[in-house]
Amino acid sequence: MRYHPHTPGDVRQMLDACGVTSITDLFRSIPAKLRLGRALDVPAATDEVSLLSEFQRLAARNRTEHPPFIGAGAYAHHVPPAVDQLLLRGEFFTAYTPYQPEIAQGTLQALFEWQTFVTLLTGLEISNASMYDGASATAEAVLLATRTTGREKVVVSGALHPEYRKVLATYLASTGDEIVTVPYGQDGRTDLAALQAAVDDRTAAVVIGYPNFFGVIDALPEAAAIAKKAGALTVSVTAESVSLGLLQGPGALGADVAVGTLQSFGNGLNFGGPAPGFLAIREGLIRQMPGRVAGATVDRNGRRGFVLTLSTREQHIRREKATSNICTNAGLAALAATIHLSLLGKGGLAHLARLNHARGKQLRDAMKKAGFGLRFTGPTFNEAAFEVGDAEAVVERLARKGIAAGVPLSRWYPDDPRMKGALLSVATEVHTPELIELFAQSVRG
Amino acid sequence: MANPTGWKPSMEKGAAPGGDPEATGLLGATRGLAMEEPLVFEQGSPGRIGVSLPPVPAGADPSAEIPAALLRGEIAGMPEMAELEVVRHFTRLSQWNWGIDTGFYPLGSCTMKYNPKSSEALARLPGFAGAHPLLPGSMSQGALELIWKLERSLSEVAGFPASVMSPAAGAQGELCGLMMIRAYHVARGNPRHKVLIPDTAHGTNPASAAFNGYSTVTLESGPDGRLHPETVAKAMDEDVAAIMITNPNTLGIFESHIAEIAEIVHAKGGLVYGDGANFNALLGVARPGDMGFDVMQYNLHKTFATPHGGGGPGSGPVGVAEALIPFMPLPVVVKEGETYRLVTDPKERPRTIGKIREFWGNTGMFVRAWALIRELGPEGLRRVAELAVLNANYVRAKLVGHYNLPYETETLHEVVFDDKFQKDSGVTTMDVAKRLIDHGSHPPTVYFPLVVHGALMIEPTETESKETLDQFVASMQAIAAESKADPEALKGAPRKTVRARLDETRAARKPVLRWTPGMKVE
Repeated sequence: MRYHPHTPGDVRQMLDACGVTSITDLFRSIPAKLRLGRALDVPAATDEVSLLSEFQRLAARNRTEHPPFIGAGAYAHHVPPAVDQLLLRGEFFTAYTPYQPEIAQGTLQALFEWQTFVTLLTGLEISNASMYDGASATAEAVLLATRTTGREKVVVSGALHPEYRKVLATYLASTGDEIVTVPYGQDGRTDLAALQAAVDDRTAAVVIGYPNFFGVIDALPEAAAIAKKAGALTVSVTAESVSLGLLQGPGALGADVAVGTLQSFGNGLNFGGPAPGFLAIREGLIRQMPGRVAGATVDRNGRRGFVLTLSTREQHIRREKATSNICTNAGLAALAATIHLSLLGKGGLAHLARLNHARGKQLRDAMKKAGFGLRFTGPTFNEAAFEVGDAEAVVERLARKGIAAGVPLSRWYPDDPRMKGALLSVATEVHTPELIELFAQSVRG
Repeated sequence: MANPTGWKPSMEKGAAPGGDPEATGLLGATRGLAMEEPLVFEQGSPGRIGVSLPPVPAGADPSAEIPAALLRGEIAGMPEMAELEVVRHFTRLSQWNWGIDTGFYPLGSCTMKYNPKSSEALARLPGFAGAHPLLPGSMSQGALELIWKLERSLSEVAGFPASVMSPAAGAQGELCGLMMIRAYHVARGNPRHKVLIPDTAHGTNPASAAFNGYSTVTLESGPDGRLHPETVAKAMDEDVAAIMITNPNTLGIFESHIAEIAEIVHAKGGLVYGDGANFNALLGVARPGDMGFDVMQYNLHKTFATPHGGGGPGSGPVGVAEALIPFMPLPVVVKEGETYRLVTDPKERPRTIGKIREFWGNTGMFVRAWALIRELGPEGLRRVAELAVLNANYVRAKLVGHYNLPYETETLHEVVFDDKFQKDSGVTTMDVAKRLIDHGSHPPTVYFPLVVHGALMIEPTETESKETLDQFVASMQAIAAESKADPEALKGAPRKTVRARLDETRAARKPVLRWTPGMKVE
């Protein structure tokens, strides 16, 4: 076994040193009746050559020959090969949480850079060192808001990603906090009158997608103003983070907390995970922030270095009084995003964001030409909901051609008759104008 | 920006007054050529770019559609670097890091075993890496089959009828497990209020319990480092929702009374939560599901060798007993004939607690874990536990007498020493840890578990060779000797790293958590 270096001679010598005659003796502390008296019922061992062909067969049963036109919280983007080749450096991917900063400066400085990138994208002052994903980051943001305000009600836009709303509801099940969901209008944006009516002096947070689940650039500034007036925090949620290269940072529009995922930078789709969740806050909220954070300091010789800091908020110190139970986050996925953002830089990010907006427009134009209008009238970035008639049938028909068409919105909004024929689709820089054209024609059938 | 990191050539002079560890003839660390490296934000030059992208088509004007107040131009402060600058930057940062690929990493309870390169290659097959989570079922049978097969095997290995796959990390698995426990009690009419947790537990345990609205009761372990049935019996009542037990515990000791403890808890209607952080010790030897555990999280990044990634992404599936199956969060993958299907609609599982993570879990980690299980097979999995336990016991045997062993009870995959023998010379666990770095080893976990003052928690894992262990042992013995002969030298360690000991108090008192223009940290 290539991962087990022990020769029979090694084992003999080591057993002698331990003063026992067999490895079984080392397990004496496990009562006999609790031991498994048989081999595990898992498939027989295989070799690397067979393993590769077995996994190639499995992987081939996923149809990925064309970039998917599905977005809905996970986005197909071009990841420069430089990102992955750097990520494969074993010093990065085989390290753990930087408990010993002197030999983890690489991870720590990269996390500090991640934090800086997140603050630049969001326009907020503080970022932590990453979260599991956008959904749990949203739940943690709401919990931060309830702790900060001492209030127990959360007002959530119905146009927020339905999966994020489900995770939020699951996280809040034991707290007794109330979740009020407000509807969206014909423009696909949060219904501000309904929001105004729902927010009161018991409201801890207003949670809104930016862009929202329909790809629509939601009314974040207006929502933030309503929240602020009531003393509630505004939580802005971004799943397609490339948009933040074109749109104002949520912090500049009144958000107190910005969460979501930077999966769009440097990370593949991986059937939905891992992805680097992010959480950024206004400075005043720092003591309630969940998760790890890297900070700059100096060493004994006065040289700048980095450490994990403010750990008195965390579970390994505070135990049951911690701000969250989070321990491991999404380090390597965050590093991938950090590398990609460094490569993009100022000009590259602006270019990528404008290109994505343009691809979104090309998709809308192509669909319009093919006879499919928009479900919502509000402004969009690279994703939009189209009226295609029987959306489920379209998805099925295109799947037979190996094209992932998008997602029928009625799956998440079964009670809203407006969603009956709505198909949510995206186009990014990986969708060429020709492919977009082919897609629109295929939807028509 | 001149000299942002503060490096000066003079710092190299007068290093290592205590003598170099390699002078002892060991294969310890020497100095590599480590480069000073500023932040990306302190590098580059206006106009540089590190990517190659298609042009933005003419005629696409965002301001024609999006309100001007919502638009922004280029973001001030973003770096501007060419590709080589970025590649060098991250290559240099990587060289400042210690990883399993670099050397021994005996971080107790973290199971820092070798992460197979095969697994990395397999996870990058385009069919996995490029699969969108919302692909129609007909287009994603490969991913679903893999999740289903891994779920079946994990459940078999731990002795549970089913496992939840979606939790993103061990701590989220704990959270998920406790949510199911709570839902189970709620369904029986009373969520209950307390969770029992032994004093040897990880900090995530009480934090996860509190997250679910439970107050925690700490149980003292006995003088042998074990939790005793009478301690549990005394604390157990019908207001206790669950007990959380790590087995083997964080001292590396098997909780041999586990069956009896489970019986006591079950008799009063409570459930038994297993923290699977130390499951590596039991693979193929014993199964938590057979010991009375009702739920346990697996840490795929520990036991099943998916990379720790500098702090994640982890992956924390959760095995559950029959009684908890109805409460599992969605999705679950089911096999119907030869077709695999995601169950996502609560109508099919009306008692589900809901959803714990977006989409289906860290599938990228599932690919790696499944690759390991496939390559090891049943005998290989058992060999993991056997060699992990052999390695830990070998290190223990070699270090006894040099370091104080606070619990003499037999241990499995890890062993905890402390700094009692070093106390007289003023040398602490932290000094030993930092000196180990100069010898070319990552330190063990320090100051945990909390029941041991000045703990040094050593977990070698099964993938380390006898030579590596011998080198570590020699280093530890040399440090024990040095702590008597020249304690002051230890205080200056580490000396061979790119940074000396860092001022953590300063970091917390004056938090600098992001780069800003002109940033100075002095």
